[in-house]
Amino acid sequence: MHRSPMRTSRRRFLLGTAALAAGAALPDVLFAHTGGSARLVVVILRGALDGLAAVPPYADPAYAGLHRELAISAPGVADGALALDGTFGLHPSLTFLHERYLAGEVVVFNAVASPYRDRSHFDGQNVLENGLAKPIGSADGWLNRALAALSRSAGQPGERASGERAVAISQNVPLILRGDAPVISKSPQASPDVDEELLSRLADLYSKDDWFSARLSEAVQTGKLTEAGGSPAESPAMNPTTPGVPPATTPGTDRVSGAARMAATLMRSVGGPEVAVIEAGGWDTHANQGGAKGALAQRLTGLDKALRTLADELGPLWPQTAVLVVTEFGRTAAMNGTRGTDHGTGGCAFLAGGAVRGGRVIADWPGLSRAALLDNRDLRPTLDLRSLFKAVLDEHMRVDAKTLATRIFPDSSGARPLQGLIRA
Amino acid sequence: MMQTEIAVLRFGLGARTGDLAAAGGDPRAWLMAQIEGAVPLAGNTPLAPSDRIFAELLAARDALEELKRESAAQRAPTDATAAAAFNPVRDAYLPHYRAQVLARAQSAALTTRPFAERLVHFWTNHFAVSADKGAVLGIAGTLENEAIRPHIGGRFVDLLTAVEQHPAMIAFLDNQYSVGKDSVLALLAARRGAGAGATEGKPKREFGINENLAREILELHTLGVNGGYTQTDVTNFAQIITGWSIGGGKGRLVGGTPGQFYFRDNLHEPGPKNFLGKIYHESGRRQGEAVLADLAVHPATAHFIATKLVRHFVADDPPPAAVERVARAFLKSGGDLSRVYAALVQAPEAWDADVRKFKTPEDFVFSTLRALGFSPQKPEEMVRAFELLGQRQYTPGSPAGWPDTSKSWDGSDALLRRVLWASRVAGRYEQGLDPADLAVSCLGAYARPETVTALRRASSASQGVALLLMSPEFQRR
Repeated sequence: MHRSPMRTSRRRFLLGTAALAAGAALPDVLFAHTGGSARLVVVILRGALDGLAAVPPYADPAYAGLHRELAISAPGVADGALALDGTFGLHPSLTFLHERYLAGEVVVFNAVASPYRDRSHFDGQNVLENGLAKPIGSADGWLNRALAALSRSAGQPGERASGERAVAISQNVPLILRGDAPVISKSPQASPDVDEELLSRLADLYSKDDWFSARLSEAVQTGKLTEAGGSPAESPAMNPTTPGVPPATTPGTDRVSGAARMAATLMRSVGGPEVAVIEAGGWDTHANQGGAKGALAQRLTGLDKALRTLADELGPLWPQTAVLVVTEFGRTAAMNGTRGTDHGTGGCAFLAGGAVRGGRVIADWPGLSRAALLDNRDLRPTLDLRSLFKAVLDEHMRVDAKTLATRIFPDSSGARPLQGLIRA
Repeated sequence: MMQTEIAVLRFGLGARTGDLAAAGGDPRAWLMAQIEGAVPLAGNTPLAPSDRIFAELLAARDALEELKRESAAQRAPTDATAAAAFNPVRDAYLPHYRAQVLARAQSAALTTRPFAERLVHFWTNHFAVSADKGAVLGIAGTLENEAIRPHIGGRFVDLLTAVEQHPAMIAFLDNQYSVGKDSVLALLAARRGAGAGATEGKPKREFGINENLAREILELHTLGVNGGYTQTDVTNFAQIITGWSIGGGKGRLVGGTPGQFYFRDNLHEPGPKNFLGKIYHESGRRQGEAVLADLAVHPATAHFIATKLVRHFVADDPPPAAVERVARAFLKSGGDLSRVYAALVQAPEAWDADVRKFKTPEDFVFSTLRALGFSPQKPEEMVRAFELLGQRQYTPGSPAGWPDTSKSWDGSDALLRRVLWASRVAGRYEQGLDPADLAVSCLGAYARPETVTALRRASSASQGVALLLMSPEFQRR
């Protein structure tokens, strides 16, 4: 009986799938997005976001009892959730995401997980990024393999056959973007101003060392690329408030916005990357997580602000952009002994952007009753994140289905791509 | 070939003038002589112990509470900017953080036991806490200085126990208020709740465990993620270490010395518990210590620690034979760390001059200080250098510590930052040595002829020093 509100969303999800299976049969020419124009941003939330706080299932009768003071109330009361579909809401900090949801540009996922079923952050992040069913066994990431496949299929006129198609907003390239396809990394701090002569002498010194010379020439090129796109370092948001002070208590919200601004600036520059990866940390809320307000709420505010920044700065590119927001796993259904949550399994994800056919929640909700929980503690995942990744790579980036099923996500036959996530 | 260079550059922290000569006779003996006994800080920066720092933190918190009460009483309009700027907790902690960063850099720059000092850094990273968690900022460095330095050459179990009972670790992984459901405190609260009922509008405080410390001890400090434990083991271990806390609380949490480990019996889940198939009957604090003692000599722990050591000292992909040799020494000696290091030093794979590690920013900074004979005196300078290079001291962010493979550090952006810092530092090098001669004194036979030639042709001494610091042979160890 308590499952009745959930059934609506299950049916809606199934209906959606059926309708789009038909759509997929339409000839390619009807699709506006050819490989060259689509833009993709992946936001990795490291530390495991509590999906039951970000996408509160307020209509589930077990929710408030389990999540206790961390639970978000139903829409309509003070500090209540932002209404989505009568079953799920959004955390009240996610105002921009909600606004775009109402505009039909956001799909909200709940009860999703990668194939990883243990509870280590590091293995969990490896699986999230390597595209395999297990944490080890691949030194490269699924997004890089997808880019490599796109370059191999040697494509559309006007498209670059080589060169970096992706940027990591980070000092170093995260696993998801490591691999054969060339990528660049760029971090949102003042671009170092290095003496040209020193650089040219270094280039000579590195001439017999491929490893160093490749990195140096890349560094010099991207340094120029940033300047061409305007200097994101001028933004006050990116300058540390006091030099030398680690952000001990600040949630680093501005840092994520800074990264978003930098990604957008690079993507808008001539010949700029089509794909960007942004990372945000601080989601590992074992203690004093807070509810509508508090530590997690501050983080979510920062995330929301970063997404808004991304949309604003991408400007004319937004209609052809999809933004994928993912985390390594969810957190325990019940609050722990220190007003936080421990490592769990099923969690949430978001797909946002002008290219997204949104305004929907996709959640085959298993419920939070004791019998429904995984190992008596976690939200049981009912959707493999790879189904979502495959859909985005297929419909948005136009990676061919066979490559997706073999090279990019090996051993993923159980995770069939979702359909109809991207606007035709 | 190049045995001396490998001892000094790979096992140590890079050469100060004279190091290569000192190690030259018998490089292995030079290394092994360093690991006897505790490893105190070299250098002259005075540091406060955790309990004093923690007491200052508590005083700052009280002052903050007081101020909040006052402004609430006066109903004064709150000025958001002023409130944000006023952060007595950070203000109490920050000078200590800076002093610890400076002391660490000085010690790395000056020590005559660089192998032991590198081992300190290795273990600090193995038992990582992160100063970007507010409660840890001022005491992150004290974990290294109080729990790790004394135990470098001793038994692993002593190192492990000292670390898990250090206030920085307990605060970082949230164990101080992890409470057993049948603990005295929980039962008392339940009885009280049943009588008077919860206060209006305020939900009754529920007590329970927090798994964080228990999980990371298993996953990151001992057995490793594939070490054969289950979720039930994690939960039970968390029950076992309920009560492992920090002194200096209030009300029902009164007791203990602020900033020191304190076992709170009233938070501890009583009774025997099952962990990894064994029943632990010990009571109180000793139950957790018994588990640590077993974990410290577990084969999975031996293998996990050996793998990490070999990755750190030999190669990103640890050669299995070397791992096997070190793990065997660990197991056979019951975790006697001096035996473990001896096995590492004896591993032939560690002496292959063709296999080199790309330096982390930390390695790069410390070896630069040693090569140039600098002893830093300004905390701000060190703090900023690490900020620029992407390895702010004591802030790996995650309990897994900083990554120890080159692909985590070798981004092009990161390389450019190294060039920038190298040119700044080189600009301050004033000790007459010609850059080419400096290369030979700090790299020995590692210095390639073409590098030496390039340094001789540099347009200025400082440009030559910058080129030296950025040369492939200096960037690797």
